[in-house]
Amino acid sequence: MTLQQLSLITAITLLSITVVLAFVRLIIGPTLPDRVVALDLMSTVGIGAIAVYAIATEASVFLDVASVLALVSFLGVIAFAHYVARRGQADELSREEQGRIGRSPWD
Amino acid sequence: MQETIGAVFLIIGSTFMFIAGLGILRMPDLFMRMSCATKASTLGVGFILLALAVNFGQFGVSSRAIATIVFVVVTAPVAAHMIGRSAYIGRVPLWKNSIIDQLCDQYDRCRLDLGSYPEKGAEQEGEEIVNAGS
Repeated sequence: MTLQQLSLITAITLLSITVVLAFVRLIIGPTLPDRVVALDLMSTVGIGAIAVYAIATEASVFLDVASVLALVSFLGVIAFAHYVARRGQADELSREEQGRIGRSPWD
Repeated sequence: MQETIGAVFLIIGSTFMFIAGLGILRMPDLFMRMSCATKASTLGVGFILLALAVNFGQFGVSSRAIATIVFVVVTAPVAAHMIGRSAYIGRVPLWKNSIIDQLCDQYDRCRLDLGSYPEKGAEQEGEEIVNAGS
């Protein structure tokens, strides 16, 4: 087995284990931003997996797919972050109306 | 020679990805998980795409791979910062053994305003201090 074959097998194995670990955090994660971070990691691992597949099949067209996935996943994470911030702001405004300012909803 | 360098970069990149996955599972706090996941995964993806650029050796493929690396390096910290900011606004609890929360009273969460910016009156005081020193 050549060094290149060994490196491909190692890379795919480690990337698969990383996806499983991120998925466990996606299920466990007690808060919403935990799950957003896990999804960001999974899409980045997807970019790496596409690159590894491009090396394995020696077809360079898959690099464009990886590039587009990077762009779209970045936009998705920004959209999630905007939504979470709006939700926090709405929670804060409603708690200010109820006079409960300064207390955390996790208490 | 090219293939050997590509294989080494591939192993290094996937190891960094695995470290990112390990960190996101074992860290006790959201902000620590976010820091570990974004930093290590960006480096891992950078190494894997570098392995692809070295393996193919053609100018078109290498330039596209380096453009993707530059894009990921530029956008990953921005995304991590936005997640962290929105999580802090949403009052996600810090780790129980945290020592300092530097943003403790500075964030106005209703108007999404950071209180450390100087107000209008503070600029005049600053000018007086500067004029007194010169």
